[in-house]
Amino acid sequence: MGIIRTESLVFEYIRRDEEGNVEGITRAVDEVDLDVRQGDFVAILGHNGSGKSTLAKHLNAILYPTEGTVWVDGMDTTDDKELWNIRQEAGMVFQNPDNQIIGQVVEEDVGFGPENMGIPTEEIWERVEESLKAVGMYKYRKFSPNKLSGGQKQRVSIAGVIAMHPKCIILDEPTAMLDPNGRKEVVRAVRALNDVEGITVLLITHYMEEIIYADKVFVMDKGKVAMQGTPREIFSQVDKLRQLRLDVPQVTLLAYELKKNGINLPEGILTVEELTEELKRIYQQR
Amino acid sequence: MSIILDHVNYVYGGDTSLAVHALQDINLVIPDGQFIGLIGHTGSGKSTLVQHLNGLLKPTDGSIYFNGEDIHAQDYDKKKLRSKVGLVFQYPEHQLFEIDVFSDVCFGPRNLGLSKQETELRAYAALKQVGLEDDYFYQSPFDLSGGQKRRVAIAGVLAMKPDILVLDEPTAGLDPKGRDEILDQIAKLKEETGITVILVSHSMEDVAKYVERIIVMNQGSVMYDDVPREVFQHYRELEEVGLAAPQVTYIMKALHESGIPVRTDATTIAEASQEILRAMNGRTAEHGKQV
Amino acid sequence: MLRDITLGQYYQTESVIHKLDPRVKLIATVCFIISLFVVKSWIGYVVAAVFLAAAIKLSHVPFKFMVKGMKAIVFILLITVVFNLFLTPGEVLVSVWKLRITKEGLQLAVTMAVRLSFLIVGSSIMTLTTTPNSLTDAMEKLMKPLKIFKVPVHEVAMMMSIALRFIPILLEETDKIMKAQIARGADFECGNLIKKAKAMVPLLVPLFISAFRRANDLAMAMEARCYRGGEHRTKMKPLRYAGRDRIAYAVLAGYFAVCIGIRIWL
Repeated sequence: MGIIRTESLVFEYIRRDEEGNVEGITRAVDEVDLDVRQGDFVAILGHNGSGKSTLAKHLNAILYPTEGTVWVDGMDTTDDKELWNIRQEAGMVFQNPDNQIIGQVVEEDVGFGPENMGIPTEEIWERVEESLKAVGMYKYRKFSPNKLSGGQKQRVSIAGVIAMHPKCIILDEPTAMLDPNGRKEVVRAVRALNDVEGITVLLITHYMEEIIYADKVFVMDKGKVAMQGTPREIFSQVDKLRQLRLDVPQVTLLAYELKKNGINLPEGILTVEELTEELKRIYQQR
Repeated sequence: MSIILDHVNYVYGGDTSLAVHALQDINLVIPDGQFIGLIGHTGSGKSTLVQHLNGLLKPTDGSIYFNGEDIHAQDYDKKKLRSKVGLVFQYPEHQLFEIDVFSDVCFGPRNLGLSKQETELRAYAALKQVGLEDDYFYQSPFDLSGGQKRRVAIAGVLAMKPDILVLDEPTAGLDPKGRDEILDQIAKLKEETGITVILVSHSMEDVAKYVERIIVMNQGSVMYDDVPREVFQHYRELEEVGLAAPQVTYIMKALHESGIPVRTDATTIAEASQEILRAMNGRTAEHGKQV
Repeated sequence: MLRDITLGQYYQTESVIHKLDPRVKLIATVCFIISLFVVKSWIGYVVAAVFLAAAIKLSHVPFKFMVKGMKAIVFILLITVVFNLFLTPGEVLVSVWKLRITKEGLQLAVTMAVRLSFLIVGSSIMTLTTTPNSLTDAMEKLMKPLKIFKVPVHEVAMMMSIALRFIPILLEETDKIMKAQIARGADFECGNLIKKAKAMVPLLVPLFISAFRRANDLAMAMEARCYRGGEHRTKMKPLRYAGRDRIAYAVLAGYFAVCIGIRIWL
């Protein structure tokens, strides 16, 4: 069994009008089955309102399923006894960097999680140091978060989660509010965690460039898993992605256009190098 | 109808050692009816620059002229200027405050002292221009989706009937489809009304498809000011300052280097695909002749 | 505008006072304020002045910086002095039109001015040399006994430090919303009081909405990081008294004894 698993997970909430009368029920997550292996880099894609953030909040026991079950490392998230273990094992990073940093100094913020867990003081310092180094923010440890760029703030948030020694990190659109440089910084840090530290990563995003390196991709729409597979399998279905309000990297799109116009390219090209190689091959054959 | 920036400098932080030179000797002419992309990374001075265009910030040195008049002259009507140069801030939905969408859009024209009828006519027209359906007009703006909220906020500025529309990162935080919808709507608006549009962004890919002129800012100065294909030729320099040309530019360069005879100045997918097809087929045609 | 107030903002430098345990500084400040009301004679104020001057000197905070921060409260000081000066009954010294300055008034005004300015300078030494975080830590630790009476000491301290973290963010946000509404023709400066108050609506509504959204996000982020109140919690930077703190307590006790002595015997 994987580190994170959901079985026919359903989450419904009740919509109310201004007087508090029930207007209807919205199914934000609809029969979702996930199985994430330890050490994997998994991406969850979806447009705004597709239910991907709601799903993420279940994996950290912030929300509880209406129907179905969520297991984190074998623990049922509805089991109150395991609540703090679940939150420690499945760390979470949110979208807005300003709204998740608690400390007024970088190192104090990173220490917040371990403090809550009751870790002895000396060990907190060790953990803070190693976490800040892992995301390349050690030299900013004495800074006020207000003095950092968006990408740096998000890396501090990630360090704050790593300091809790989780087995898995869930990042809920960590780059949505960042500029391209900040986005690259954060994605690089996340990939390093996965590669070097072997932490399982669940990256939720709507930026296609960020998922190229994922082991597995889930695409969500209307609360359901609409597509799943490797990035290549996903990106080979350009039309379907567009229907789901998503797009593909320019290089994939260009390859798709060329293929439509009779050039015999393979499906789901992801990088500039791949496209160049393929075109060169075809060109030399002709 | 034009804006002229003449040796504009802006320093904040005053006389202390922490003073920041946010704008350095900016000289620009923004003529009527252009579609301009203003590109720069965070902290390059692009947001500071656009706040100068409607007089929200006053240059520490230099002058700004709107239709030939100095906007910081003693008796210049700033309020009128702000209605003529409409500025839509980043995450504009964060300024919505009225109980329903329609009243919120009325806020701008009402501040101009227009009659109730004129105010409402303008609000209605503006909401139509951003493509919001009538059903939403009397809903609370806070019940709308992110993309819809943003349209309402843009309508709030359009209702003042500006001659120049400046949008600071209008697509930030939207998903790809939402981004395309907003940009298409702005392009359509530009087409229909001939309004001058300045699109502030840090993404070359987003603006390449729409604009006719790109101004690149770096460290408070104008780095490039040209048509997109010329600007993207400097992709190496752009990278050095933390920007990047659209991926298409890199593809074309890579193809060219690998010996496929393509021109390297395509800026959009459509142009690139046409050019590659031409090159690939061109070669086959030649080949055919030789045989 | 709001950011110009330097009163009590932490001033980063190296000094003995900076290194003192925040609890010492908090207690010393309280004692100093009490001492200002204990002493009644001019000699007492001289002692207080010497004590204060020594603290300023040791803190390495430029006196100019301290005075700059006080500008904001000069007005309050003036009002107090004027009221005391003219409204205290007693032996008339000078009389101009309806205004009378009495001997008692003059005395009271001078005492109040001295007390107030000492009080402000004294407490600003504390805030200038102590980060807000360690100050809340000190309060939490000192008030711990109150827990017996079900006072949520930890929660209050946590709230204070979060508020301090978000003040600059909200100030920036206020600035942004204000500009955005001005760009839509709003006017925050003209008109009478009612008109001005009405003009604040487009500023305050978005500001409150944003503050609530942030609060909601933050609460979720804290929970996700295993926050569950003060119990089971350890400290990354626990407060521990060092030798210099004991010396500081001794000096403080000495000063306080002198003040009481002056009150009784002089």
